[in-house]
Amino acid sequence: MMYTEKVMDHFQNPRNVGVIKDADGVGQVGNPVCGDMMTFYIKVKDGRLADIKFQTFGCGAAIAVSSIVSEMAMNRTLEEALKITNEKVAEELGGLPKNKLHCSNLGADALHKAIENYTTRQGGRPGKSKCEAAAAAAESCCCPYCDGPLEGGEGICQTCNVELEECPECHKATSAQEETCAHCGSKLH
Amino acid sequence: MRKVYLDHIAATPLHPLARESMLPFLKENFGNPQSLHSFGQPVLEAVEEARVRVARLINASAEEIFFTASGSEANNFAVKGMALAQRDKGKHLVVSAIEHQSVLNSVKSLERQGFQATLVPVSREALVDPQDVAKAITPQTVLVSVMLANSEVGSLQPAAEIARLCRARQVPFHTDAVAAVGNIPVDVKALGVDALSLAGDQFYGPKGSAALYVRKGVRLLPFIDGGIQEGGRRGGTENVAGIVGLGTAAEAAANELDRRAEKAQALRDRLIEELPRRVERVILTGHPTRRLPYHASFCIEFIEGEAMLLSLDMKGIAASSGSACTSRALKVSHVLLAMGLDHALAQGSLIFSLLDSTEAEDLDYVLEVFPPIVRRLREMSPLYTKYLEESRK
Repeated sequence: MMYTEKVMDHFQNPRNVGVIKDADGVGQVGNPVCGDMMTFYIKVKDGRLADIKFQTFGCGAAIAVSSIVSEMAMNRTLEEALKITNEKVAEELGGLPKNKLHCSNLGADALHKAIENYTTRQGGRPGKSKCEAAAAAAESCCCPYCDGPLEGGEGICQTCNVELEECPECHKATSAQEETCAHCGSKLH
Repeated sequence: MRKVYLDHIAATPLHPLARESMLPFLKENFGNPQSLHSFGQPVLEAVEEARVRVARLINASAEEIFFTASGSEANNFAVKGMALAQRDKGKHLVVSAIEHQSVLNSVKSLERQGFQATLVPVSREALVDPQDVAKAITPQTVLVSVMLANSEVGSLQPAAEIARLCRARQVPFHTDAVAAVGNIPVDVKALGVDALSLAGDQFYGPKGSAALYVRKGVRLLPFIDGGIQEGGRRGGTENVAGIVGLGTAAEAAANELDRRAEKAQALRDRLIEELPRRVERVILTGHPTRRLPYHASFCIEFIEGEAMLLSLDMKGIAASSGSACTSRALKVSHVLLAMGLDHALAQGSLIFSLLDSTEAEDLDYVLEVFPPIVRRLREMSPLYTKYLEESRK
Protein backbone atom coordinates (compact mmCIF):
# COMPACT_ATOMS: atom_id res chain seq x y z
CA MET A 1 0.00 0.00 0.00
CA MET A 2 1.33 3.39 -0.97
CA TYR A 3 -0.26 5.09 2.08
CA THR A 4 0.52 4.64 5.77
CA GLU A 5 -2.03 3.07 8.11
CA LYS A 6 -2.73 6.48 9.57
CA VAL A 7 -3.49 8.00 6.17
CA MET A 8 -5.86 5.13 5.42
CA ASP A 9 -7.55 5.52 8.82
CA HIS A 10 -8.18 9.23 8.22
CA PHE A 11 -9.34 8.51 4.69
CA GLN A 12 -11.77 5.85 5.86
CA ASN A 13 -12.95 7.66 8.98
CA PRO A 14 -12.35 11.32 8.34
CA ARG A 15 -12.87 13.54 11.38
CA ASN A 16 -14.89 16.75 11.23
CA VAL A 17 -16.38 16.42 7.75
CA GLY A 18 -19.11 18.90 6.98
CA VAL A 19 -20.19 22.48 6.67
CA ILE A 20 -20.67 25.13 9.41
CA LYS A 21 -23.55 27.26 8.21
CA ASP A 22 -22.78 30.23 10.49
CA ALA A 23 -19.00 29.89 10.33
CA ASP A 24 -16.80 32.70 11.64
CA GLY A 25 -14.30 32.07 8.86
CA VAL A 26 -14.20 30.11 5.59
CA GLY A 27 -11.10 29.20 3.60
CA GLN A 28 -11.02 27.55 0.22
CA VAL A 29 -7.98 26.37 -1.75
CA GLY A 30 -7.34 24.38 -4.87
CA ASN A 31 -9.27 23.71 -8.03
CA PRO A 32 -10.20 20.55 -9.90
CA VAL A 33 -7.35 21.35 -12.30
CA CYS A 34 -4.90 20.58 -9.48
CA GLY A 35 -6.85 17.50 -8.58
CA ASP A 36 -7.85 18.71 -5.15
CA MET A 37 -10.17 21.28 -3.64
CA MET A 38 -10.66 21.94 0.08
CA THR A 39 -12.99 24.16 2.06
CA PHE A 40 -12.48 24.75 5.78
CA TYR A 41 -15.08 26.28 8.09
CA ILE A 42 -14.15 27.53 11.56
CA LYS A 43 -15.92 28.73 14.69
CA VAL A 44 -13.80 30.88 16.99
CA LYS A 45 -14.43 31.32 20.73
CA ASP A 46 -12.12 33.20 23.07
CA GLY A 47 -9.32 33.15 20.52
CA ARG A 48 -9.55 29.40 20.10
CA LEU A 49 -10.87 27.18 17.29
CA ALA A 50 -14.03 25.94 18.96
CA ASP A 51 -15.17 24.01 15.90
CA ILE A 52 -13.69 23.06 12.54
CA LYS A 53 -15.39 21.37 9.61
CA PHE A 54 -14.12 20.66 6.14
CA GLN A 55 -15.15 19.40 2.72
CA THR A 56 -12.67 17.97 0.25
CA PHE A 57 -12.82 16.99 -3.40
CA GLY A 58 -9.73 14.93 -4.03
CA CYS A 59 -7.67 11.83 -3.57
CA GLY A 60 -7.19 9.73 -0.46
CA ALA A 61 -4.22 11.82 0.65
CA ALA A 62 -6.16 15.06 0.29
CA ILE A 63 -9.02 13.71 2.41
CA ALA A 64 -6.65 12.35 5.07
CA VAL A 65 -4.71 15.63 5.16
CA SER A 66 -7.90 17.67 5.64
CA SER A 67 -9.02 15.36 8.41
CA ILE A 68 -5.75 15.44 10.34
CA VAL A 69 -5.39 19.22 9.96
CA SER A 70 -8.84 19.65 11.50
CA GLU A 71 -7.82 17.38 14.36
CA MET A 72 -4.46 19.08 14.90
CA ALA A 73 -6.07 22.52 15.02
CA MET A 74 -9.17 21.75 17.09
CA ASN A 75 -9.33 23.77 20.33
CA ARG A 76 -6.00 25.44 19.55
CA THR A 77 -5.47 29.19 19.69
CA LEU A 78 -5.40 30.93 16.31
CA GLU A 79 -1.67 31.56 16.76
CA GLU A 80 -1.03 27.88 17.41
CA ALA A 81 -3.14 26.85 14.42
CA LEU A 82 -1.27 29.24 12.15
CA LYS A 83 1.93 27.48 13.16
CA ILE A 84 0.76 24.16 11.70
CA THR A 85 3.11 23.61 8.79
CA ASN A 86 2.91 21.33 5.82
CA GLU A 87 5.84 19.34 7.19
CA LYS A 88 4.05 18.79 10.48
CA VAL A 89 0.93 17.59 8.69
CA ALA A 90 2.86 15.05 6.61
CA GLU A 91 4.80 13.98 9.71
CA GLU A 92 1.63 13.51 11.74
CA LEU A 93 0.33 11.18 9.02
CA GLY A 94 3.47 9.07 9.18
CA GLY A 95 4.63 10.40 5.82
CA LEU A 96 3.07 10.79 2.39
CA PRO A 97 4.26 9.54 -1.00
CA LYS A 98 6.54 12.16 -2.57
CA ASN A 99 4.13 13.07 -5.36
CA LYS A 100 1.33 13.58 -2.82
CA LEU A 101 3.18 16.10 -0.65
CA HIS A 102 1.39 18.97 -2.36
CA CYS A 103 -1.84 17.70 -0.80
CA SER A 104 -0.36 18.36 2.63
CA ASN A 105 0.33 21.95 1.54
CA LEU A 106 -3.30 22.43 0.67
CA GLY A 107 -4.64 21.29 4.05
CA ALA A 108 -2.74 23.77 6.19
CA ASP A 109 -3.29 26.50 3.60
CA ALA A 110 -7.05 26.03 3.64
CA LEU A 111 -7.14 26.24 7.43
CA HIS A 112 -4.91 29.34 7.43
CA LYS A 113 -7.13 30.95 4.82
CA ALA A 114 -10.16 30.33 7.02
CA ILE A 115 -8.36 31.98 9.95
CA GLU A 116 -7.33 34.93 7.76
CA ASN A 117 -10.91 35.22 6.61
CA TYR A 118 -12.02 35.33 10.25
CA THR A 119 -9.42 38.00 11.07
CA THR A 120 -10.56 40.11 8.12
CA ARG A 121 -14.18 39.84 9.20
CA GLN A 122 -13.09 41.03 12.64
CA GLY A 123 -11.69 44.13 10.91
CA GLY A 124 -8.11 43.01 11.29
CA ARG A 125 -5.49 42.59 8.62
CA PRO A 126 -6.45 42.77 4.95
CA GLY A 127 -7.76 39.47 3.66
CA LYS A 128 -4.88 38.46 1.52
CA SER A 129 -3.74 34.88 1.54
CA LYS A 130 -0.23 34.20 2.75
CA CYS A 131 1.02 33.72 -0.75
CA GLU A 132 -0.81 36.72 -2.15
CA ALA A 133 0.62 38.93 0.58
CA ALA A 134 4.13 37.62 0.05
CA ALA A 135 3.70 37.87 -3.70
CA ALA A 136 2.55 41.48 -3.50
CA ALA A 137 5.71 42.26 -1.59
CA ALA A 138 7.97 40.36 -3.97
CA GLU A 139 6.05 41.35 -7.11
CA SER A 140 5.74 37.73 -8.17
CA CYS A 141 2.41 35.89 -8.26
CA CYS A 142 0.49 32.87 -7.11
CA CYS A 143 -1.02 29.90 -8.85
CA PRO A 144 -4.75 30.64 -9.16
CA TYR A 145 -5.57 27.00 -8.53
CA CYS A 146 -3.56 25.99 -5.48
CA ASP A 147 -2.26 29.37 -4.29
CA GLY A 148 1.32 28.09 -4.51
CA PRO A 149 4.05 30.61 -5.28
CA LEU A 150 5.01 30.96 -8.96
CA GLU A 151 8.58 31.48 -10.02
CA GLY A 152 8.96 34.12 -12.69
CA GLY A 153 8.57 32.88 -16.25
CA GLU A 154 7.75 29.30 -15.34
CA GLY A 155 5.01 27.77 -17.52
CA ILE A 156 4.04 25.30 -14.82
CA CYS A 157 3.09 25.61 -11.16
CA GLN A 158 5.73 23.80 -9.10
CA THR A 159 3.18 23.09 -6.38
CA CYS A 160 0.26 21.59 -8.25
CA ASN A 161 1.82 20.93 -11.67
CA VAL A 162 -0.85 22.76 -13.64
CA GLU A 163 0.33 24.24 -16.91
CA LEU A 164 -0.03 28.00 -16.87
CA GLU A 165 -0.07 30.83 -19.32
CA GLU A 166 -0.51 34.58 -19.05
CA CYS A 167 -4.02 35.89 -19.64
CA PRO A 168 -3.85 38.47 -22.44
CA GLU A 169 -6.48 40.60 -20.67
CA CYS A 170 -5.44 40.82 -17.03
CA HIS A 171 -1.87 39.48 -17.40
CA LYS A 172 -2.28 37.09 -14.53
CA ALA A 173 -1.33 33.41 -14.68
CA THR A 174 -4.14 31.01 -15.58
CA SER A 175 -4.35 27.39 -16.72
CA ALA A 176 -3.25 26.81 -20.29
CA GLN A 177 -5.93 24.13 -20.63
CA GLU A 178 -8.94 26.20 -19.63
CA GLU A 179 -11.10 28.19 -22.00
CA THR A 180 -11.50 31.19 -19.73
CA CYS A 181 -9.13 33.04 -17.42
CA ALA A 182 -9.40 32.04 -13.74
CA HIS A 183 -9.14 35.70 -12.66
CA CYS A 184 -11.06 37.89 -15.07
CA GLY A 185 -13.10 35.26 -16.92
CA SER A 186 -12.13 36.55 -20.33
CA LYS A 187 -11.91 34.06 -23.17
CA LEU A 188 -8.49 32.54 -23.87
CA HIS A 189 -7.14 31.18 -27.19
CA MET B 1 -13.96 -10.89 1.56
CA ARG B 2 -14.99 -11.30 -2.02
CA LYS B 3 -12.24 -10.42 -4.52
CA VAL B 4 -13.32 -8.94 -7.84
CA TYR B 5 -10.70 -8.06 -10.41
CA LEU B 6 -11.95 -5.58 -13.02
CA ASP B 7 -8.65 -4.21 -14.28
CA HIS B 8 -8.12 -6.11 -17.51
CA ILE B 9 -6.47 -3.03 -19.03
CA ALA B 10 -3.69 -3.24 -16.42
CA ALA B 11 -3.04 -6.97 -16.68
CA THR B 12 -4.77 -10.25 -17.40
CA PRO B 13 -3.97 -13.51 -15.59
CA LEU B 14 -1.89 -16.05 -17.46
CA HIS B 15 -3.90 -18.63 -19.40
CA PRO B 16 -3.25 -22.10 -17.91
CA LEU B 17 -2.28 -23.42 -21.35
CA ALA B 18 0.20 -20.56 -21.77
CA ARG B 19 1.73 -21.26 -18.39
CA GLU B 20 2.08 -24.98 -19.13
CA SER B 21 3.73 -24.27 -22.47
CA MET B 22 6.25 -21.91 -20.86
CA LEU B 23 7.48 -24.21 -18.11
CA PRO B 24 9.89 -26.38 -20.15
CA PHE B 25 11.67 -23.19 -21.22
CA LEU B 26 12.10 -22.14 -17.60
CA LYS B 27 13.48 -25.61 -16.84
CA GLU B 28 15.32 -28.00 -19.10
CA ASN B 29 14.92 -26.20 -22.44
CA PHE B 30 17.24 -23.36 -21.53
CA GLY B 31 19.26 -23.34 -24.75
CA ASN B 32 19.83 -20.26 -26.87
CA PRO B 33 17.67 -20.45 -29.99
CA GLN B 34 20.57 -19.17 -32.07
CA SER B 35 22.82 -22.11 -31.04
CA LEU B 36 23.34 -24.79 -33.65
CA HIS B 37 23.55 -27.65 -31.16
CA SER B 38 20.83 -29.88 -29.82
CA PHE B 39 20.17 -27.55 -26.87
CA GLY B 40 19.43 -24.64 -29.16
CA GLN B 41 17.51 -26.09 -32.08
CA PRO B 42 14.34 -27.26 -30.29
CA VAL B 43 14.16 -23.85 -28.64
CA LEU B 44 14.41 -22.11 -32.01
CA GLU B 45 11.61 -24.32 -33.26
CA ALA B 46 9.43 -23.30 -30.32
CA VAL B 47 10.09 -19.61 -30.96
CA GLU B 48 9.21 -19.99 -34.64
CA GLU B 49 6.09 -21.98 -33.79
CA ALA B 50 5.01 -19.13 -31.50
CA ARG B 51 5.59 -16.69 -34.36
CA VAL B 52 3.27 -18.73 -36.58
CA ARG B 53 0.59 -18.76 -33.87
CA VAL B 54 0.76 -15.01 -33.31
CA ALA B 55 0.66 -14.43 -37.08
CA ARG B 56 -2.38 -16.70 -37.40
CA LEU B 57 -4.31 -14.76 -34.77
CA ILE B 58 -4.14 -11.58 -36.88
CA ASN B 59 -4.04 -13.22 -40.35
CA ALA B 60 -0.39 -12.26 -41.01
CA SER B 61 2.63 -14.26 -42.19
CA ALA B 62 5.15 -15.43 -39.62
CA GLU B 63 7.97 -13.36 -41.13
CA GLU B 64 5.90 -10.23 -40.57
CA ILE B 65 5.95 -10.70 -36.77
CA PHE B 66 8.71 -9.11 -34.65
CA PHE B 67 8.76 -10.04 -30.97
CA THR B 68 9.27 -7.23 -28.47
CA ALA B 69 9.28 -6.89 -24.68
CA SER B 70 6.11 -4.79 -24.38
CA GLY B 71 3.35 -3.04 -26.25
CA SER B 72 5.16 0.20 -25.55
CA GLU B 73 8.28 -1.14 -27.22
CA ALA B 74 6.26 -2.29 -30.23
CA ASN B 75 4.81 1.24 -30.53
CA ASN B 76 8.26 2.85 -30.22
CA PHE B 77 9.62 0.37 -32.75
CA ALA B 78 6.88 1.14 -35.26
CA VAL B 79 6.68 4.91 -34.90
CA LYS B 80 10.42 5.59 -34.76
CA GLY B 81 11.44 2.74 -37.05
CA MET B 82 8.98 3.66 -39.80
CA ALA B 83 9.38 7.44 -39.56
CA LEU B 84 13.17 7.39 -39.49
CA ALA B 85 13.32 4.90 -42.36
CA GLN B 86 11.62 7.51 -44.56
CA ARG B 87 13.13 10.72 -43.25
CA ASP B 88 14.48 11.48 -46.73
CA LYS B 89 10.86 11.54 -47.96
CA GLY B 90 9.50 13.90 -45.34
CA LYS B 91 9.31 14.66 -41.67
CA HIS B 92 5.63 14.94 -40.88
CA LEU B 93 3.61 12.59 -38.68
CA VAL B 94 -0.12 12.31 -38.04
CA VAL B 95 -1.38 10.73 -34.80
CA SER B 96 -4.59 10.95 -32.83
CA ALA B 97 -4.77 13.00 -29.64
CA ILE B 98 -5.74 9.94 -27.58
CA GLU B 99 -2.83 7.65 -28.45
CA HIS B 100 -1.00 5.78 -25.70
CA GLN B 101 1.96 7.62 -24.14
CA SER B 102 4.34 5.25 -25.92
CA VAL B 103 3.13 6.63 -29.26
CA LEU B 104 2.81 10.26 -28.15
CA ASN B 105 6.21 10.30 -26.50
CA SER B 106 7.82 8.56 -29.47
CA VAL B 107 6.40 11.39 -31.55
CA LYS B 108 7.83 13.95 -29.10
CA SER B 109 11.18 12.26 -29.35
CA LEU B 110 11.00 12.50 -33.15
CA GLU B 111 10.01 16.16 -32.89
CA ARG B 112 13.31 16.76 -31.12
CA GLN B 113 14.95 15.26 -34.20
CA GLY B 114 13.27 17.70 -36.57
CA PHE B 115 9.97 15.95 -37.25
CA GLN B 116 6.65 17.77 -37.02
CA ALA B 117 3.41 16.20 -35.91
CA THR B 118 -0.29 16.89 -36.29
CA LEU B 119 -2.56 15.64 -33.51
CA VAL B 120 -5.96 14.66 -34.87
CA PRO B 121 -8.82 15.52 -32.48
CA VAL B 122 -11.51 13.10 -31.30
CA SER B 123 -15.24 13.42 -30.74
CA ARG B 124 -16.95 13.43 -27.35
CA GLU B 125 -17.17 9.61 -27.77
CA ALA B 126 -13.40 9.47 -28.38
CA LEU B 127 -13.79 8.62 -32.05
CA VAL B 128 -11.43 9.86 -34.75
CA ASP B 129 -13.07 11.16 -37.91
CA PRO B 130 -11.16 9.63 -40.87
CA GLN B 131 -11.74 12.88 -42.77
CA ASP B 132 -9.71 14.71 -40.12
CA VAL B 133 -6.86 12.29 -40.76
CA ALA B 134 -7.15 12.87 -44.50
CA LYS B 135 -7.03 16.63 -43.95
CA ALA B 136 -3.95 16.35 -41.73
CA ILE B 137 -1.91 14.40 -44.28
CA THR B 138 0.57 16.50 -46.28
CA PRO B 139 3.02 15.51 -49.04
CA GLN B 140 5.65 15.35 -46.26
CA THR B 141 3.69 12.89 -44.11
CA VAL B 142 5.64 9.67 -43.62
CA LEU B 143 3.50 7.97 -40.98
CA VAL B 144 -0.04 7.92 -39.64
CA SER B 145 -0.67 6.19 -36.32
CA VAL B 146 -4.16 5.80 -34.90
CA MET B 147 -5.00 3.21 -32.29
CA LEU B 148 -7.51 0.44 -32.90
CA ALA B 149 -8.98 0.57 -29.40
CA ASN B 150 -8.47 2.93 -26.51
CA SER B 151 -7.91 1.25 -23.17
CA GLU B 152 -9.18 4.17 -21.09
CA VAL B 153 -12.54 4.69 -22.73
CA GLY B 154 -12.86 1.54 -24.83
CA SER B 155 -13.67 3.26 -28.12
CA LEU B 156 -12.95 1.38 -31.33
CA GLN B 157 -11.55 3.54 -34.11
CA PRO B 158 -12.47 3.23 -37.80
CA ALA B 159 -8.98 1.87 -38.53
CA ALA B 160 -9.91 0.16 -41.81
CA GLU B 161 -11.24 3.41 -43.21
CA ILE B 162 -8.15 5.32 -42.09
CA ALA B 163 -5.91 2.59 -43.56
CA ARG B 164 -7.72 2.90 -46.88
CA LEU B 165 -7.25 6.63 -47.16
CA CYS B 166 -3.60 6.34 -46.09
CA ARG B 167 -2.94 3.72 -48.72
CA ALA B 168 -4.55 5.90 -51.39
CA ARG B 169 -2.05 8.60 -50.42
CA GLN B 170 0.84 6.11 -50.09
CA VAL B 171 1.41 6.97 -46.45
CA PRO B 172 2.26 4.05 -44.13
CA PHE B 173 -0.30 3.44 -41.38
CA HIS B 174 0.40 1.96 -37.96
CA THR B 175 -2.24 1.03 -35.43
CA ASP B 176 -1.72 0.38 -31.75
CA ALA B 177 -3.96 -2.65 -31.24
CA VAL B 178 -2.67 -3.59 -27.79
CA ALA B 179 -6.09 -3.31 -26.13
CA ALA B 180 -7.83 -5.04 -29.02
CA VAL B 181 -5.85 -8.08 -30.20
CA GLY B 182 -6.93 -11.28 -28.54
CA ASN B 183 -10.17 -9.64 -27.38
CA ILE B 184 -11.90 -8.78 -30.65
CA PRO B 185 -11.28 -10.23 -34.12
CA VAL B 186 -8.33 -8.44 -35.71
CA ASP B 187 -7.32 -9.19 -39.29
CA VAL B 188 -4.41 -7.14 -40.61
CA LYS B 189 -5.36 -7.83 -44.23
CA ALA B 190 -8.98 -6.85 -43.78
CA LEU B 191 -7.90 -3.75 -41.90
CA GLY B 192 -5.26 -2.96 -44.52
CA VAL B 193 -2.73 -1.70 -41.97
CA ASP B 194 1.01 -1.55 -42.57
CA ALA B 195 1.99 -2.11 -38.96
CA LEU B 196 0.19 -3.17 -35.78
CA SER B 197 1.24 -3.50 -32.13
CA LEU B 198 -0.06 -6.21 -29.80
CA ALA B 199 0.79 -7.35 -26.28
CA GLY B 200 0.35 -10.72 -24.56
CA ASP B 201 -0.57 -9.35 -21.15
CA GLN B 202 -3.81 -8.01 -22.65
CA PHE B 203 -5.04 -11.45 -23.69
CA TYR B 204 -3.95 -13.87 -20.99
CA GLY B 205 -0.34 -14.16 -22.16
CA PRO B 206 2.73 -13.39 -20.04
CA LYS B 207 3.97 -9.88 -19.23
CA GLY B 208 7.11 -8.75 -21.04
CA SER B 209 6.05 -10.44 -24.24
CA ALA B 210 4.55 -8.50 -27.13
CA ALA B 211 4.91 -8.16 -30.88
CA LEU B 212 4.89 -5.78 -33.79
CA TYR B 213 3.39 -6.81 -37.09
CA VAL B 214 4.98 -5.09 -40.08
CA ARG B 215 3.62 -5.82 -43.54
CA LYS B 216 6.18 -7.27 -45.90
CA GLY B 217 7.77 -4.50 -47.97
CA VAL B 218 7.24 -1.72 -45.41
CA ARG B 219 10.45 0.10 -44.55
CA LEU B 220 11.45 -0.18 -40.91
CA LEU B 221 14.76 0.68 -39.22
CA PRO B 222 16.21 -1.70 -36.60
CA PHE B 223 15.16 -0.86 -33.05
CA ILE B 224 17.92 -2.66 -31.17
CA ASP B 225 21.17 -2.97 -33.07
CA GLY B 226 22.65 -6.35 -32.36
CA GLY B 227 22.68 -9.82 -33.77
CA ILE B 228 20.45 -11.58 -36.23
CA GLN B 229 17.46 -12.04 -33.94
CA GLU B 230 14.12 -10.77 -35.28
CA GLY B 231 15.48 -10.35 -38.77
CA GLY B 232 18.31 -8.15 -37.51
CA ARG B 233 15.85 -5.46 -36.50
CA ARG B 234 15.65 -6.24 -32.83
CA GLY B 235 18.84 -7.77 -31.51
CA GLY B 236 19.21 -9.58 -28.19
CA THR B 237 18.69 -13.10 -26.96
CA GLU B 238 15.04 -14.00 -27.19
CA ASN B 239 12.74 -14.06 -24.15
CA VAL B 240 11.95 -17.64 -25.05
CA ALA B 241 9.47 -18.58 -22.32
CA GLY B 242 7.64 -15.29 -22.83
CA ILE B 243 7.47 -15.74 -26.59
CA VAL B 244 6.22 -19.32 -26.25
CA GLY B 245 3.59 -18.17 -23.75
CA LEU B 246 2.52 -15.40 -26.12
CA GLY B 247 2.16 -17.94 -28.94
CA THR B 248 0.02 -20.23 -26.81
CA ALA B 249 -2.12 -17.31 -25.60
CA ALA B 250 -2.58 -16.26 -29.23
CA GLU B 251 -3.73 -19.73 -30.19
CA ALA B 252 -6.09 -19.88 -27.22
CA ALA B 253 -7.46 -16.46 -28.12
CA ALA B 254 -8.08 -17.56 -31.71
CA ASN B 255 -10.12 -20.47 -30.36
CA GLU B 256 -11.94 -18.72 -27.50
CA LEU B 257 -12.23 -15.13 -28.70
CA ASP B 258 -15.81 -15.17 -29.92
CA ARG B 259 -17.09 -16.88 -26.80
CA ARG B 260 -15.07 -14.55 -24.53
CA ALA B 261 -16.26 -11.42 -26.29
CA GLU B 262 -19.89 -12.51 -26.24
CA LYS B 263 -19.78 -13.29 -22.53
CA ALA B 264 -17.95 -10.09 -21.58
CA GLN B 265 -20.20 -7.91 -23.68
CA ALA B 266 -23.40 -9.18 -22.07
CA LEU B 267 -21.99 -8.49 -18.60
CA ARG B 268 -20.56 -5.14 -19.66
CA ASP B 269 -23.88 -4.01 -21.11
CA ARG B 270 -25.60 -4.77 -17.85
CA LEU B 271 -23.02 -2.73 -15.93
CA ILE B 272 -23.37 0.19 -18.35
CA GLU B 273 -27.12 0.05 -18.01
CA GLU B 274 -27.36 -0.52 -14.28
CA LEU B 275 -24.66 1.71 -12.79
CA PRO B 276 -26.23 5.02 -13.87
CA ARG B 277 -29.53 3.75 -12.49
CA ARG B 278 -28.04 3.25 -9.06
CA VAL B 279 -25.85 6.35 -8.93
CA GLU B 280 -27.08 9.74 -10.14
CA ARG B 281 -24.87 12.06 -12.20
CA VAL B 282 -22.77 9.38 -13.89
CA ILE B 283 -21.74 9.53 -17.51
CA LEU B 284 -20.46 6.75 -19.73
CA THR B 285 -17.13 7.68 -21.34
CA GLY B 286 -16.41 6.53 -24.87
CA HIS B 287 -18.91 5.22 -27.38
CA PRO B 288 -21.94 3.24 -26.09
CA THR B 289 -21.65 0.45 -28.68
CA ARG B 290 -18.43 0.90 -30.66
CA ARG B 291 -16.33 -0.18 -27.73
CA LEU B 292 -14.24 -3.08 -26.44
CA PRO B 293 -16.53 -5.89 -25.27
CA TYR B 294 -14.88 -6.13 -21.84
CA HIS B 295 -14.82 -2.40 -21.19
CA ALA B 296 -17.11 -0.13 -19.15
CA SER B 297 -15.82 3.34 -18.27
CA PHE B 298 -17.50 6.21 -16.49
CA CYS B 299 -17.04 9.61 -14.97
CA ILE B 300 -18.69 9.99 -11.59
CA GLU B 301 -19.45 13.65 -10.97
CA PHE B 302 -18.26 15.58 -7.89
CA ILE B 303 -15.76 13.00 -6.64
CA GLU B 304 -12.25 11.95 -7.52
CA GLY B 305 -10.99 8.67 -8.99
CA GLU B 306 -8.25 7.72 -6.57
CA ALA B 307 -10.54 8.05 -3.58
CA MET B 308 -13.00 5.73 -5.38
CA LEU B 309 -10.26 3.20 -6.19
CA LEU B 310 -9.06 3.11 -2.58
CA SER B 311 -12.61 2.64 -1.33
CA LEU B 312 -13.31 -0.12 -3.87
CA ASP B 313 -10.01 -1.80 -3.03
CA MET B 314 -11.08 -1.97 0.63
CA LYS B 315 -14.08 -3.94 -0.61
CA GLY B 316 -11.85 -6.26 -2.64
CA ILE B 317 -12.64 -4.66 -5.99
CA ALA B 318 -9.82 -3.73 -8.37
CA ALA B 319 -10.53 -1.07 -11.02
CA SER B 320 -8.64 1.86 -12.53
CA SER B 321 -8.99 5.56 -13.24
CA GLY B 322 -7.60 8.30 -15.44
CA SER B 323 -7.70 10.91 -12.66
CA ALA B 324 -4.65 13.10 -12.06
CA CYS B 325 -4.21 11.75 -8.55
CA THR B 326 -3.83 8.18 -9.78
CA SER B 327 -1.04 9.11 -12.18
CA ARG B 328 2.42 9.66 -10.81
CA ALA B 329 2.75 12.77 -12.94
CA LEU B 330 -0.45 14.14 -11.35
CA LYS B 331 -1.87 14.88 -14.78
CA VAL B 332 -5.43 14.12 -15.59
CA SER B 333 -5.89 11.72 -18.52
CA HIS B 334 -5.07 13.35 -21.87
CA VAL B 335 -7.71 11.08 -23.40
CA LEU B 336 -10.55 12.51 -21.32
CA LEU B 337 -9.40 16.09 -21.92
CA ALA B 338 -9.13 15.43 -25.67
CA MET B 339 -12.77 14.28 -25.57
CA GLY B 340 -13.70 17.71 -24.26
CA LEU B 341 -14.44 16.73 -20.65
CA ASP B 342 -13.60 19.42 -18.11
CA HIS B 343 -11.03 18.76 -15.40
CA ALA B 344 -13.50 18.23 -12.57
CA LEU B 345 -15.45 15.62 -14.51
CA ALA B 346 -12.30 13.90 -15.78
CA GLN B 347 -11.09 13.62 -12.18
CA GLY B 348 -14.06 11.35 -11.54
CA SER B 349 -12.89 8.78 -14.09
CA LEU B 350 -13.49 5.13 -13.24
CA ILE B 351 -12.76 2.16 -15.49
CA PHE B 352 -14.10 -1.35 -15.02
CA SER B 353 -12.53 -3.81 -17.45
CA LEU B 354 -13.74 -7.40 -17.26
CA LEU B 355 -11.89 -10.67 -17.41
CA ASP B 356 -13.12 -13.86 -19.01
CA SER B 357 -13.55 -15.21 -15.47
CA THR B 358 -15.81 -12.31 -14.42
CA GLU B 359 -19.29 -13.53 -13.51
CA ALA B 360 -22.65 -11.81 -13.09
CA GLU B 361 -22.34 -12.17 -9.29
CA ASP B 362 -19.11 -10.17 -9.37
CA LEU B 363 -20.89 -7.27 -11.00
CA ASP B 364 -23.85 -7.63 -8.64
CA TYR B 365 -21.37 -7.17 -5.83
CA VAL B 366 -19.91 -4.06 -7.48
CA LEU B 367 -23.39 -2.64 -8.03
CA GLU B 368 -24.16 -3.28 -4.38
CA VAL B 369 -21.05 -1.77 -2.77
CA PHE B 370 -20.36 1.08 -5.17
CA PRO B 371 -23.36 3.39 -4.49
CA PRO B 372 -22.56 3.75 -0.75
CA ILE B 373 -18.93 4.57 -1.67
CA VAL B 374 -20.10 7.35 -3.97
CA ARG B 375 -22.51 8.62 -1.31
CA ARG B 376 -19.77 8.75 1.33
CA LEU B 377 -17.32 10.61 -0.91
CA ARG B 378 -19.98 13.02 -2.14
CA GLU B 379 -20.91 13.89 1.42
CA MET B 380 -17.34 15.14 1.78
CA SER B 381 -17.24 16.95 -1.55
CA PRO B 382 -17.59 20.73 -1.75
CA LEU B 383 -18.55 20.34 -5.41
CA TYR B 384 -21.49 18.12 -4.50
CA THR B 385 -22.63 20.54 -1.79
CA LYS B 386 -22.51 23.32 -4.36
CA TYR B 387 -24.50 21.21 -6.80
CA LEU B 388 -27.17 20.48 -4.18
CA GLU B 389 -27.43 24.15 -3.27
CA GLU B 390 -27.77 25.17 -6.89
CA SER B 391 -30.35 22.51 -7.70
CA ARG B 392 -32.43 23.66 -4.72
CA LYS B 393 -32.65 27.15 -6.18
